[in-house]
Formats: sequence, structure tokens, C-alpha cells
Amino acid sequence: MAGETEIDPSAPPMRAVGIRTQFGPNVIHDNLDFTVNQGEIVGLVGGSGSGKSVLMNTMLGLKEPEGGTIEYFGRDRNALAPEVRRKINNGMGVLFQGGALFSSLTVRQNIMVPMRENTDISQGLMRELADMKIHMVGLPPESAVLYPSDLSGGMKKRAGLARALALDPKLLFLDEPTAGLDPVGANAFDELILGLREAMDLTVLMVTHDLDSLYHICDRIAVLVDKRIPIADSLAVVSQYDHPWVKEYFGGPRSRAAIAAKETQSRETG
Amino acid sequence: MLASSTDYELEMRENALVVHPRGSWTISQASQLEGRLARDVASLTYTHVDYDMTGLVELDTAGAYLLARAIRHGVVPAESWDVCSGSNGHKTLMSAATSAVLGREPETRRQWYDAFARIGQATIRFWEETVAFFAFLGQFFVVMAKVIAQPKRLRWRSIVSLVESVGFDAAPIVMLLSFFIGAVIAYMGANLLASFGASVFMVDLVGFSILRELAVIITAILLAGRSDSAFTASIGAMKMRQEIDAMKVMGLDTFEVLVVPRVIACLIAMPILTFLAMMSGLAGGLLVAWATADITPILFFNRLNAAVGIQNLWVGLVKTPIFGVMIAIIGCRQGLAVTGSVESLGQRTTTAVVQAIFSVILVNAMFAILFYQMGV
Repeated sequence: MAGETEIDPSAPPMRAVGIRTQFGPNVIHDNLDFTVNQGEIVGLVGGSGSGKSVLMNTMLGLKEPEGGTIEYFGRDRNALAPEVRRKINNGMGVLFQGGALFSSLTVRQNIMVPMRENTDISQGLMRELADMKIHMVGLPPESAVLYPSDLSGGMKKRAGLARALALDPKLLFLDEPTAGLDPVGANAFDELILGLREAMDLTVLMVTHDLDSLYHICDRIAVLVDKRIPIADSLAVVSQYDHPWVKEYFGGPRSRAAIAAKETQSRETG
Repeated sequence: MLASSTDYELEMRENALVVHPRGSWTISQASQLEGRLARDVASLTYTHVDYDMTGLVELDTAGAYLLARAIRHGVVPAESWDVCSGSNGHKTLMSAATSAVLGREPETRRQWYDAFARIGQATIRFWEETVAFFAFLGQFFVVMAKVIAQPKRLRWRSIVSLVESVGFDAAPIVMLLSFFIGAVIAYMGANLLASFGASVFMVDLVGFSILRELAVIITAILLAGRSDSAFTASIGAMKMRQEIDAMKVMGLDTFEVLVVPRVIACLIAMPILTFLAMMSGLAGGLLVAWATADITPILFFNRLNAAVGIQNLWVGLVKTPIFGVMIAIIGCRQGLAVTGSVESLGQRTTTAVVQAIFSVILVNAMFAILFYQMGV
């Protein structure tokens, strides 16, 4: 299979067109359109069981949709030449919900796996870079030699993030990144993502329920309701959208608290 | 595209070192940049490092880490650093890189005397495993006694389904294997005994070996390989997903729920499977005897009855309940000993199968001595 070898770097890195996903007779997504633009942080919200993680897996390439196409840089994913596809996949980092660390390897070895497979740098530098990633996600240095089974849930998540960042991906997928982190750690994580985005032109798609993250770092918020994404826009626009679930979500007490917190913060800094 | 132009220049301004990186400082360039910067600054004395990022095309964490080495590798480590021109992102990356330099530890290396340490550990572990096995066996009998006192607590539903998977599903493979073993023994007999003109003794050979030893051993080994690994894996997976903890919290006795049904299932399945193995082993022997030495089925059974006798069938079968209990107990114990990691699940499954086969052969040898002394 030859496939297309040319990609268009100016096209959106990822686009879903008319996606239909179903498990047996159960339709999860129907005619869903969604675009992730270069350099933005998109938050994906939706009720439990609305298929957020499934959509993420579909966009990642772990699952083929039952209908519609996924485009990477303006090209149909399935029409891409294998080596181009591989290159694009190497530029993706994923943090799975449970961390998905390899349990037979230490944290440091986990982070070194993608480096070893895809680069030619020396073992020593690899180890140092892995330790740097461990530090960046806020884990203590001692955790480098621990096995995933020795880590708490929050630590596993951080270690999973460190591994997702191992190759400095261009596209970062985060499935509930701040769930299980304490508020201080969650804030530091948000700052880290903002810093990385600025330095490296990072594009982030995050499934999250952390309203603070949504308000703080997301450029656009995509809402998955009624099997589609009817709106993906800035917070101000999305929160005015006329849909019962959206109103409930952004008008609830937790949301109001998060807005208040953000306003206080911006008054203090500005 | 800009790979070839990735480089840097160093400039001294009084006490400050100014680093001008150019091109793309990314992980794909790291192997050619690694070490160079550190070497170049090693002879310079400075207290401050400035980074001028104007010529930089791309920077990632690996590049930032390499740049940050300039701070540590001077004659004396620099006290401060700054990004004099560059984006906030560059600054964020650099501060992440500089702070990460702290707090690292070397890997532990393998020593030559590790081999001895491992032999010692293995010896201790063997002893501990033996003790733990008997402790587990004792615990099982206590729970079993309780269950017998209150038969309502027996989980018949799970016993029946286990008998199906342990016994019924294993019957075809056990019978097939035993059939071939019986045939092979008969062939051996046909070759050896024909030279003495005593071909009819091959019936004795097949009868004794199949009934007394081989059918039992084949069945036990197959049960150990097939069902023991399944017991360990399923109980181990339950342990890993905290299902066992959930049971304990609910006040369920894990022994009663998981171990007792499996032991009873093996206790029921093992003798039946062994009997089937004996019959098909004899059938294999009979067919070969008929084909090679013209021993008709009637002659075969007459000779079997006269020379071997029903007693040997009981000698074989009497061992089976003990093997069944032993195999099930080993599988369950290893399953419950699984810890959090996937690796331990694999290890425990291997251990369960090895221990089960080992103990089957050991106990069988003890039975052979016992029966010899008893004269049966």
C-alpha cells in the first residue's frame, strides 16, 4: 500500500468528519464533526458514558470508526503511507486514565521506552532526561526506581504523563489528567502544560471534568452531547449555549466557584 | 531541514557566559550535541549564564536540558542564569531543565557475588514455600471441616461449573494422550518380547504400567498444567483488581468462596479423568497388540484379568484424590500470593505449575515405595 506521503503542515493536525461509532446496536457517536487546530488546548466535556474516551481513542487511532473519516493534517488517516503515519504517531503523547504504565518496568524505564525505540541518544542522557521528566511532573526523584505497583493513584498518573512527554510530542492527549491530583499538583500541572504549549507549539486535547483546568488553560471547550459535538468554542460562548445539559454543567455551584476563583486571580494579577 | 545548522556560540562578558544556541535543539539532535557544550565550558570561569535564544528555531526539553548543563559544568557552578531574549516558553522550559538537574541517584549495579546471594535466597524461599504450603493445607482443612459441618455453605453452583471446566473439558485431551501412551508401551513390548517369543506378556506390561502409574501421572500432570495455571491466573487477577479485598470487606471467607470449590472440583474430576485415561490407555495397548502380535481382544482381556487383575486399578485410583487436592491447593495458594504487578502473576503461574508437577511426581514415588512395602 503506497498511500499519500505528503502532508499539509498548515492544515489542522486532527479533524474528525462525520464520525459514527457504535457498539452493536448501541450508537455512541452519530455524524460527529470535530476539529483540533494547531497550538490550541481543547477541553472535551460531556456526561459520563457519552463516549469521550471512545472519541479520543478513535482520534488516536486505537479504534476505527464505523463511519466517517479521521484526518491528520488534512489527509485521510487510512490513505497515509505507513511511514508518514508512523511519524505522526510518534509525535503523539497519550496519558491514559489509569496511567497504563508497564508494570514490569520502573518509572524511569517506562519513560525511557519511547526514547529507546525512537531516538539514538546515549543511555546516560536518556536516564537524565527521564529523571528530568520525573521532576517536571512533580514526582520525587526517589520514584525513578520504583515500580508502578508501588505508586499511589496520583503518582501513577504523573508517571504516565512523564512517559507521554518523553519524546516531546506535538499532540498531547490527556484523559482526565488532573483527576486524582491534589489541587496544588493540578495547578502546577496546568502551568506546565501552558509552558510546554508556548515553548513547543504543543496541541492538546484533554478529556476533563476539572472545571479549574477548563477555565484556566483551555482555549476552546468542545461539548459532547446527543452523540455529537454541537459546539466547540471559547468558554464564554459555550457557557451561553442553549442546551439543558450545558446549562446544568456550567451553571452549577462548582462551576460558579471556579469562575469566582478565576476572577479573583485575574484581579490580583492584573 | 535545519538539522545541519544546529549549533551554538559561547561568549564571555565579564563574569557572565552568554550562550547563543542556533537551529533546532530537539531530541533528534541530542546525540550530536551531547557532551560538547559541557566540554567547551569546562575551562571557563563564570558566575552567571545568559541564554540568547534569538537564533533558536525549535527547543524541546532535551535541548533545554543540554543547554542547562552550561550552568553546572564550568570551573565553578554558576550561581544564576537568565534567558535574555526569548519567549516565556523558553524560560519555562529552561527553568524546568535547571531545576531537574538536582536530585538524581545512580543505578544499582549487579555484583559478582549476586549469584551466591540468589542461591541463598532461593534456599530460604524453598523452605518458606514448603512451610507456607503446609500452613495453607492446614487452613484448608479447618475451613473444610467447618463447611462439612454446615453443608449449606458449600457452593454447588460453582463446584459444578468448575467440574465442567476442570474435568469434562479435559476428558478428550486426557484420553487421547493416554491412548497414545498405551500404544507406545505396547509397541515397546512387542519389540522387546518378540525376541523371547513371549509377546503375550505385552498385555502385562501395558496393564501394569497404565493402571498403576501412567494413567494417574498423565492425568495429574495435565491437570496441573491445564487447571492449575487457570486457578492461579484467575485468582491472581482477582487479587490484582482488589476483588479479594472487596470480598474480605464484605465478610466473605476467600477460602470458602475460592479455594474449597476448586479443591472439591479437582477431588471429583481427578478420579473420573484417571479412570477414563486408564480405559483409553488399555484400548491403545489392545489395538497395537492386536495389530502387531495377533493378540485378539478376547485373549487380551483374559490375560489382563489373569495376570494384572482389578487390584491394580484400585492401586492407581486410590492415589487420585490426594493428587487432586494437592494440585488444587497449590494453584489456589499461588493465586492468592500474587501481588500488584503483572510480573508476579506470571511468576506465580509458572511456580504453581512447576510445584504441582514436582509434588505429583514426588508423592507418586512415595506411594510406589509404600505399596511395595505393603506388598500390593
